[in-house]
Amino acid sequence: MEAVLKNQPAATALPDITMFKGDGSGLVERYMAVFAAIGGTVHLVETAGEVKELLAENFDLSRRIVTTLPELDGFAELITAAVDPHRYDDAELAIISGDFCVAENGAVWLTEELMGQRIIPYICQHLAVIVRAADIVPTLHEAYDRIGTADYGFSGFIGGPSKTADIEQALVLGAHGPLTMTVFIMK
Amino acid sequence: MKQSKSKDHAALAAAFIKDEERVDWHDGALWFIRQKRDIASKQIPEWEQLREAASAIKSNVISNLHDYLLQFEANLTRNGVTVHWAANADEHNAIVYSILKAKEITQMVKSKSMLTEECQLNEYLEERGIEVINSDLGEYIQQIDKEPPSHIVLPCIHKRKEEIGELFHEHLGTEKGLSDPTQLTRVARKHLRNVFMTRRAALTGVNFAVAETGEYIVCTNEGNADMGAHLSEVQIASMGLEKLIPQKKHLSIFLRLLARSATGQPITIYSSHYKKPRPGQEMHLILVDAGRTKQLGRIDFRDSLKCIKCGSCMNTCPVYRKSGGLSYHNTISGPIGAILAPNLDMKKHADLPFASTLCGSCSNVCPVKINIHGQLYKWRQEIVKEGYAANTKALGMKAMAWTLSSPGNFTNAGNAGRWFMHNIPFVVKNRFNPWYKQREMPEGPKESFAAWYARSEKK
Repeated sequence: MEAVLKNQPAATALPDITMFKGDGSGLVERYMAVFAAIGGTVHLVETAGEVKELLAENFDLSRRIVTTLPELDGFAELITAAVDPHRYDDAELAIISGDFCVAENGAVWLTEELMGQRIIPYICQHLAVIVRAADIVPTLHEAYDRIGTADYGFSGFIGGPSKTADIEQALVLGAHGPLTMTVFIMK
Repeated sequence: MKQSKSKDHAALAAAFIKDEERVDWHDGALWFIRQKRDIASKQIPEWEQLREAASAIKSNVISNLHDYLLQFEANLTRNGVTVHWAANADEHNAIVYSILKAKEITQMVKSKSMLTEECQLNEYLEERGIEVINSDLGEYIQQIDKEPPSHIVLPCIHKRKEEIGELFHEHLGTEKGLSDPTQLTRVARKHLRNVFMTRRAALTGVNFAVAETGEYIVCTNEGNADMGAHLSEVQIASMGLEKLIPQKKHLSIFLRLLARSATGQPITIYSSHYKKPRPGQEMHLILVDAGRTKQLGRIDFRDSLKCIKCGSCMNTCPVYRKSGGLSYHNTISGPIGAILAPNLDMKKHADLPFASTLCGSCSNVCPVKINIHGQLYKWRQEIVKEGYAANTKALGMKAMAWTLSSPGNFTNAGNAGRWFMHNIPFVVKNRFNPWYKQREMPEGPKESFAAWYARSEKK
């Protein structure tokens, strides 16, 4: 540490970054276009019933479906924080809600509380996230303004299904995390 | 490891370019990523201001590193994370070993971390009976082939899918001849899922660490860092000192730049913010110096510590694209590797700053505005001054210095050169002259400009 102090140059100031702001118009349309472009599926819905219908159409409901949302109790099994995370290995579909999402890159901000357990949005084969249309911000600048000083043990942005292009730059959706990601924008 | 340490970049590159079809493909694959980066960056009108801001934030980090490190350490401790300090690779490896040994853990899963590659952690642990599996697909492929990564973002970019199919046939029992990328990825997914489920310890790298809050951010596309970390009872993160940023809001700048520069994506799929251990979990963070403080003291080269490891300088570099990452015989290859490596061992890496055309394309794409080609040029001077330049280069430069030191020497050398090229051309057109490789020598003029001018004046 003394060497660090000795070797570091004279102090320079931090830049002002308050001028970085995104365009706040057409956020729903922009978010939907970007999320589809990165390999996700996005639906604009009005009711929880519509969400259930779309999920029933697209996923095998005979397999294990888990959720953090009490209103989906009965449709899916409620995630409990006390269970060993390894026990969710066979989760086919996880349905959770997101805090907000970012129009410029398609990412959804998820806190540990919203995940139910940290492992949930990574271990499930398919991930579905419900976000209110009013909770879309233009860029990451507004995103971090919104996160502010909120405390958490773990949080993360998730922007689409897991992917890799390690073999000859061929894009493959479904690396180690979910094979698909669906976002429901609730009007 | 198959990597040769006795050959220099030119010799290793010569071996790589023998397969012309592969070189053309490699060149094209990387240029394609460079183009994706261009498209992504041009969609952001304030791109250049973002680069400026990122560079200025990193300047501030470099100039206040001491205080930020103390602040970061205090916040980590408050968050329940155990902090370790390692001065070098050996200390780092010994710390990881002691954490695992205390828990009697003999198997660990690791997500991408160039730092642990640099420290040769896997080899160190394997010698002590601990098995490490790399979970990033590209790194996993490199590991089963016993090769280091050839690119920091795309570890096996130099391999053809048929070669990967062959490796999977040998190590994972897939059908011979299988080379479809989707099918190969599915096989690896299944195999590594079992690894994640059974490993009690997981190690990750760190992309950014926030001094203000004590959290660290790990970015992946595959989800492998999170699969390992959230299923482990011991989570270890290894980071170089330079990964610090002052405040959380600065992540907005860096995360906007990182993925767009690296692959042209608007953001990596997963940007995970780790702050506190899960109940019942142990979380360790190792802060590693390994030459960073030394580089901080080198006025001409300290800006290299701003690097956020996006790989865009490699994708754009004409020398990297045509020589392959392994020819740099260093964990971090390409232009940025060539300015980081001589700091660690100037003699061993004396060839790397010369593996460049100094075209400046690397500096133009760098998201934190490191003057990479300027530093390459500076390293050349440093290396020659310290006497580490290759003999042929040193001799050539001495001869050139003598030639250019007096008009008489210059005229005589010119006359001699023209005479040799016209009368006994094999003196220059032979395999011992590096300028003659893959090139035709020009026809020498009959007389020098000075001679022609003098003759014309007389007329």
